[in-house]
Amino acid sequence: MSDLKIETPVSGPRIGESAPRPDGVPKVNGSFAFSSDLWHKNMLWGGTLRSPFPSARITRLDITEALLIDGVQAVLTHEDVPGQNLYGLEHADQPVMAEEIIRYEGEPVAIVAADHPEIVRRALNAIQVEYEEMAPLTDPELAEETDFIHPDGNLIRRINLRHGDQEVQGEIQVEGIYEVGMQDQAFLGLESGLAVPGEDGGVDLYISTQWLHADRSQVASCLGLEEERVRITLAGVGGAFGAREDLSLHVHLCMLAMRTNRAVKMIYSREESFHGHVHRHPAKMWYRHHADSKGNLLRVEAKVLLDGGAYASSSGAVIANATCFAAGPYRIPSADIEGVVVRTNNPPCGAMRGFGAVQTCVGHEAQMDKLASALNMDPVEIRIKNALKPGDKLLTGQTITGTAPVAEVIQTCAEHTSTYQESTDPMSLPGGAGRTADPEHISRGEAIAVGFKNLMFSEGFDDFSSALCQLENGVATITCACAEVGQGFVTLAQQITREILGVEEVILAPAATQTVGSAGSTSASRQTWMSGGAVQKACEEVRVKLLEKLAVEHQVDIDNLVLVDGQVTSLNEDFTISLEEATSEPLEARVEYRHAPTFPLDENGQGDAHVSFAFSAHKAVVDVDPELGLVKVVELITSQDVGRLLNPLQAVGQLEGGAAQGLGLAVMEEVLVTEGNIRNASFTDYLIPTALDMPPVEIAAIIEQPEPGAPFGAKGIGEPPSISSTAAVVAAIREATDLELPRVPVRFTDIVSVEED
Amino acid sequence: MPVTVARSLDDALSALEEHPNALILAGGTDVMVEVNKGTRPVEQVISIGRVPELQDWEHEGDWLHLGAAVTYTELMGEELSSLVPALAQAARTVGSPQIRNAGTIGGNLGTSSPAGDTLPALFALDAILTIRSKTTVKEVPIDEFITGVKSNSLNPGELIEKIRVPVLEGPQEFCKIGPRNAMVISVASFTLLTDHQEKQVKSCLGTVGPVPIRPIEAEDFISGEVNWEQNTVRPEVLDNFAALCSSAARPIDDHRGSAAYRRHAIRVLSRRAASRVFSEEIS
Amino acid sequence: MSNDFYTLKVNGENHQVLDAWTGESLLWVLRERLGFPGAKNACEEGECGSCSVRIDEEIVCSCLVLAGSAIDQEITTIEGLAPEGELGDVQQAFIEAGAVQCGFCTPGLLVTIDHLLEENQNPDDLTVREAISGNLCRCTGYGRILEAVQIAAASRRGENHE
Repeated sequence: MSDLKIETPVSGPRIGESAPRPDGVPKVNGSFAFSSDLWHKNMLWGGTLRSPFPSARITRLDITEALLIDGVQAVLTHEDVPGQNLYGLEHADQPVMAEEIIRYEGEPVAIVAADHPEIVRRALNAIQVEYEEMAPLTDPELAEETDFIHPDGNLIRRINLRHGDQEVQGEIQVEGIYEVGMQDQAFLGLESGLAVPGEDGGVDLYISTQWLHADRSQVASCLGLEEERVRITLAGVGGAFGAREDLSLHVHLCMLAMRTNRAVKMIYSREESFHGHVHRHPAKMWYRHHADSKGNLLRVEAKVLLDGGAYASSSGAVIANATCFAAGPYRIPSADIEGVVVRTNNPPCGAMRGFGAVQTCVGHEAQMDKLASALNMDPVEIRIKNALKPGDKLLTGQTITGTAPVAEVIQTCAEHTSTYQESTDPMSLPGGAGRTADPEHISRGEAIAVGFKNLMFSEGFDDFSSALCQLENGVATITCACAEVGQGFVTLAQQITREILGVEEVILAPAATQTVGSAGSTSASRQTWMSGGAVQKACEEVRVKLLEKLAVEHQVDIDNLVLVDGQVTSLNEDFTISLEEATSEPLEARVEYRHAPTFPLDENGQGDAHVSFAFSAHKAVVDVDPELGLVKVVELITSQDVGRLLNPLQAVGQLEGGAAQGLGLAVMEEVLVTEGNIRNASFTDYLIPTALDMPPVEIAAIIEQPEPGAPFGAKGIGEPPSISSTAAVVAAIREATDLELPRVPVRFTDIVSVEED
Repeated sequence: MPVTVARSLDDALSALEEHPNALILAGGTDVMVEVNKGTRPVEQVISIGRVPELQDWEHEGDWLHLGAAVTYTELMGEELSSLVPALAQAARTVGSPQIRNAGTIGGNLGTSSPAGDTLPALFALDAILTIRSKTTVKEVPIDEFITGVKSNSLNPGELIEKIRVPVLEGPQEFCKIGPRNAMVISVASFTLLTDHQEKQVKSCLGTVGPVPIRPIEAEDFISGEVNWEQNTVRPEVLDNFAALCSSAARPIDDHRGSAAYRRHAIRVLSRRAASRVFSEEIS
Repeated sequence: MSNDFYTLKVNGENHQVLDAWTGESLLWVLRERLGFPGAKNACEEGECGSCSVRIDEEIVCSCLVLAGSAIDQEITTIEGLAPEGELGDVQQAFIEAGAVQCGFCTPGLLVTIDHLLEENQNPDDLTVREAISGNLCRCTGYGRILEAVQIAAASRRGENHE
């Protein structure tokens, strides 16, 4: 089995430098072990039988035929779940396998372990299930009036936010109804893992995930085991973007391994993956913005309705974000925002990069453009005029005590002169190799959008991370359960350690539940702050321990000792010692790191619920073929507020990658659901941008205003790029076509009006 | 051996005689998707992608003979793209470079999808297929070969040996609509060929019917109205041509597009393609 | 339902495939039977390019190649791009340019770009984009990947760069 330890090159850069990834070499030479690459002697393959119906009752389930197939080692149903047959991120409301009621298409019904995947497939086909189909609840607007489809009810969460003077009315009012379709995270690395039964009756699970310890507690509960006997180690992750925050095949794999007493591996197919993880909540949003004749925002009224699908996942937190950030990074003295997320028989929805703020950004930015138009104001000017500043209050009544360079973000983005040399090749036109248009058929549009959201978890959640730092013979080893999903935390962990301990070699131990405490989730743009903070704290404690020890042992003044480049040296006394010699006996520190406390929202949605905020702006240039409705995004320009740039090269990667996902949602990405059935569960018809669709992303400005309270002053940067990018692209299409376009993704027929037969 | 890798046409035909229902595999870009999903059973396979007679092509006088195993990438090559530009343009829109390197014109015909990208050009060219078995050979016009959605006239024991198309004199156009700029299944396509010798326009609508559609009325109309000496045409003629093409379409609604949009798209594409190959007469 | 055995030549060496099931793709056989897990399985229907390998002189999706039909061909995977313990110029460039995030698309891209640069040592932006249009990346937005190609191309042309 591949060694999961990540080793580093001997010398390396520190904070603020473009350190190369420690896992870069194995990733480019093909030796990096993703969770789908794992192998174990004598292992079996697992598979899942799923419901083809979104709403049904199981009337018969017969596994006997399947068990008779040569090579089948286990066939399990809900009856075989050793512990609790329910799990969930916020509420344990989702069965490991359906008992009687099916609530979404693809809900697991049975699992199989066999010698070869082809035998697994035959076994799944041999399981006899009879379903009594029921009419699915598919319209979220009807959910609260319809019979419960789940004992917990059809309302997952409602938030009524009332801020300021509710009697305020504006001289200028603009309204709109906006929709955002269901986006999928579409990570490349399919759900996969390996479970190995432990000799202690427990289980070792090697898996791709975002949050090892949350997985562990849910898995342990479902297996009826103490947490110590469920050992989860992070295997190589092929992207996450929110889709791995919930359990997928975890419990299934462990059950099969424990039943057969053999290692079991499972990999979802791409089609199965679409059914096997949560998606971004589709949204319908009603807005009314009030302003005075000078363009000052006076009041925002909105209702945001999210379709949570069959199970709750993290919907409660998503609607909170959508509500709190519903009106955008602007100063708004009065607001009435209702945020609702409901349960339906549609595919379950949960975390995806941007987490509620993506949807409302589409709404609030469209509204800002409508206001600008109504007032005959420049769209950039009206945004800067109302831009939040430190000291301003949010819709939740919380005062911004950190940095908020919103006006700068907008200004730098708007004023940026592009250096991009456009191609005149016909391939660059909308339609590409399809050669559908000539230059005279094209209309160009350009527009700007701004967005923001919180960093880290909110509403009083006990948000923390843990790290262990060990220093021996001049080599530091960091153990942190932060899930590396591609974002580059592993690089930062080394940079931070080198910065504080002056070491060259930093070893990163595997992320595992049995060796270190929780790092929390790789989501909410929180890991740089939280796990970076934990690593910083642990390294600091080791540094202090080392210097204290040296000061005593060598009778030198501790205040004058510095730790640089592998040496500890006194600044005013004749003393120096190599780190290697000084740490011949190991030193270590194990810490937990927490951010400043947050508080719940009261019955009016008011409270200091968040820690910190990050802001971004995008300018999009698009070419549209109005007669055919084809769109090519020509360029994206962005500015972002980052606090402090810890690794410039990795930061660029986040800004470019997030913008690609935003572009996808604007023009091509949607999980098409009809009567609860997904129609496009494949990469043939769920389209993400290729290299021919994605334009260059030019960075106008990366704004560094160190955030008080943040380790190194750095804000998380992962989500903002995916927030304002969608809104900017659709706004640019509006500019090019003069159409309202209230829905994303924008389809051909939104741009071209055709007469239906 | 369940998998026969044929090294000659005779190899392939002998294997096929022994296993008439064997899966004929060239590039595998359609078939292997089904095999991977488990929806196509695999017992006997005859791999023909490396049969030299099927990989070759030949330009003989006014005719081009394409072996069934000629790949999309090869169709895009310098020589072939000058002989049949519409086919080369169509090939460039298929899948990805990886797909184009493996996928073949014979495979596109064998799959017989309404969205098959080379099919409209072959229909417009009135392509003739040579179908062979161990003991028989026959020539089948393409519109008799493709019989419906994903169905064709190939019998067990037969394979497509080659495709014969005329080399025409005059510009050609292929336009295809997809929701992204690469790797797209056609929503609608339009092919336009000009034969300056016979003073004929030939065209074909793709993905707007169970099989590619020749809009004969539209072709005859525009062929009669073109000023072939000046290579010009009146704008009203282009409009009417487009309307006739559009009314010949028989599209369906599906998750890739609506029938109404597809009909509209044909109207726009046909007019644009025609106005690329002819100049508009200034009246 | 199995072949007796067949031999595949991978990265210059012959490997026997024993007792395999007829329908196995080359991707499957490389990863699960022959110990070459470098090529990836993100879709298994030719829509993502993560399984790209070189067969003779062409880049194809190994998920769409029937393993038993790939006999007597030179198959090159990411593991064969450079001698063991070394990195080729494209691989180096990817690290230098920050073109690797999760890394799942990386093997397919490296094989594709290595081949592109063999044929064209000065590709312009559009040529590169079209050459990699069959390789999906979800993390990077392609920016750093395109940068890596230009770095590697300069290296192929024999140009020094800092």
